[in-house]
Amino acid sequence: MAQSDARLPVRKTYKLFIGGAFPRSESGRSYVVNDARGGFLANASQASRKDARDAVGAARKAFGGWSGRTPYNRGQILYRIAEMLEGRRGQFVEELRAAGAAKGAAGAEVDEAVDRWVWYAGWADKLAAVAGSANPVAGPFFNFSTPEPTGVVAIVAPDSPLLGLVSVVAPAIVSGNTCVVVASEPAPLPAITLAEVLATSDLPGGVVNVLTGRRAELAPWLASHMDVNALDLAGAPADLAGSLEEAAAGNLKRVLRPGPEAGIERMTALLETKTVWHPVGT
Amino acid sequence: MGAEERAARLATRSIKTTAKAEAIDLAIGMVDLTTLEGADTPGKVRAMCAKAVHPDPTDPEVPRVAAVCVYPDLVAEAVRAVEGSGVGVAAVATAFPSGRAPLEAKLADTRAAVAAGATEIDMVIDRGAFLAGDYMKVWDEIVATREACGDAHLKVIFETGELATYDNVRRASWLAMHAGADFIKTSTGKLSPAATLPVTLVMLEAVRDFRARTGRRVGVKPAGGIRTTKDAIKYLVLVNETAGPDWLDPAAFRLGASSLLNDLLMQRQKLRTGVYAGPDYFTLD
Repeated sequence: MAQSDARLPVRKTYKLFIGGAFPRSESGRSYVVNDARGGFLANASQASRKDARDAVGAARKAFGGWSGRTPYNRGQILYRIAEMLEGRRGQFVEELRAAGAAKGAAGAEVDEAVDRWVWYAGWADKLAAVAGSANPVAGPFFNFSTPEPTGVVAIVAPDSPLLGLVSVVAPAIVSGNTCVVVASEPAPLPAITLAEVLATSDLPGGVVNVLTGRRAELAPWLASHMDVNALDLAGAPADLAGSLEEAAAGNLKRVLRPGPEAGIERMTALLETKTVWHPVGT
Repeated sequence: MGAEERAARLATRSIKTTAKAEAIDLAIGMVDLTTLEGADTPGKVRAMCAKAVHPDPTDPEVPRVAAVCVYPDLVAEAVRAVEGSGVGVAAVATAFPSGRAPLEAKLADTRAAVAAGATEIDMVIDRGAFLAGDYMKVWDEIVATREACGDAHLKVIFETGELATYDNVRRASWLAMHAGADFIKTSTGKLSPAATLPVTLVMLEAVRDFRARTGRRVGVKPAGGIRTTKDAIKYLVLVNETAGPDWLDPAAFRLGASSLLNDLLMQRQKLRTGVYAGPDYFTLD
């Protein structure tokens, strides 16, 4: 048998992440992703509206279980994501460099992404104390308000391929929401690699669903979908944001306009408040 | 022969836009909206009947379903609830779902349902007798039940998941049709696998051949496990391509289902409004 010196490269097929699985787009389409210098990097799946619909279905299915977990358990799982991400540090640095980041900057971005998961993980069991309240009322009632997840969140992720993505996904899911994310259009590859991290972190399938493809094609379907409860416009281009917000009004979705990259507001924006009047005394 | 391959091939047909809209309305009109739980209450039956008459209260254009399907003791409740709407009331009788009771009990069950106003009776065959080769017993029971039905339509349930082979399904179909069934039905819905495309294909071929032989049109009702619009449309394609367009009629083809109806309504709304619908905006099933 003839021996060749050069080993055949084994390249990764970048697919979607829906319901805990990695399917190709039902449309069979893909698009070319280039590196910062314009050279070929990989083909990414180009999701269709039906993939978006399937992703919403998966997110809805996962919502009951995920929101029903104890906040403590959700915190543990988010911390686990940070651990898994840390373990793949080198891979993410490579991917970020391919997407144009300088070596030092890429390393710093991965570190910051890991730290962000840890930061939100810590919030899981403290959110109710900070965002909830005991309310003084004139009557024999103990009146208290607790935060509840809003449901399925559609997210248009910003172009910062890893840190930007983590910054929108972590605050959405920490409180028990599930989400469908449209990854950065020019730099979708780290999003799919992050999906591999999520898939191995005890995060139930369907809690995070990642679509790659054309934002202008996918976002309107998610914005108008009647089974989506909130819309994060973090990465929506200005010319698209207005029409998305309009479409989101169809079922009164909560709409989160671009704002600070991290902070408690990102979490509280995706919460509902449940107030209970509990009778006390005689 | 080749039932699975043929059913799989027909299931790949793509039905879109206007054809899909028509298929959805046709499918809604063919649904036997079913609740067969031990926990059924008169209130639950009334709620289901209201849904059967007006599947989508926000849209008067939505057709009513073909019938509701309940246990015999709840027939009177269902009859009151659907009165004047044209929705039929089907009752599962003859010791549903196992069929394990003396013939007298099965006939009493049937007579009580008919007396309470059921327009259709869904009987189960004695699978034990059928599998033991005692076809005569199965035959006699169908004939006796047919007589007990009076004017009510008789649907004969085979529970194809227990019949083991397609040959048995064909044999049972032939037996039931000759014994006087107005409809042959795949399953009780209590057992998995329930209705499948290949089994329905075999039954559709049987009713087609039976009409060619005798001139009588017998209906087919797959029941159980049909949950999505896509599934329902696959069945409609199968009907059209196997038995023919004559069977695309609620008098000759029904879909036994409960959660299917909401999916049909959601798809209908998607076609009408252009945005994906959510289950929060429909009544519970």
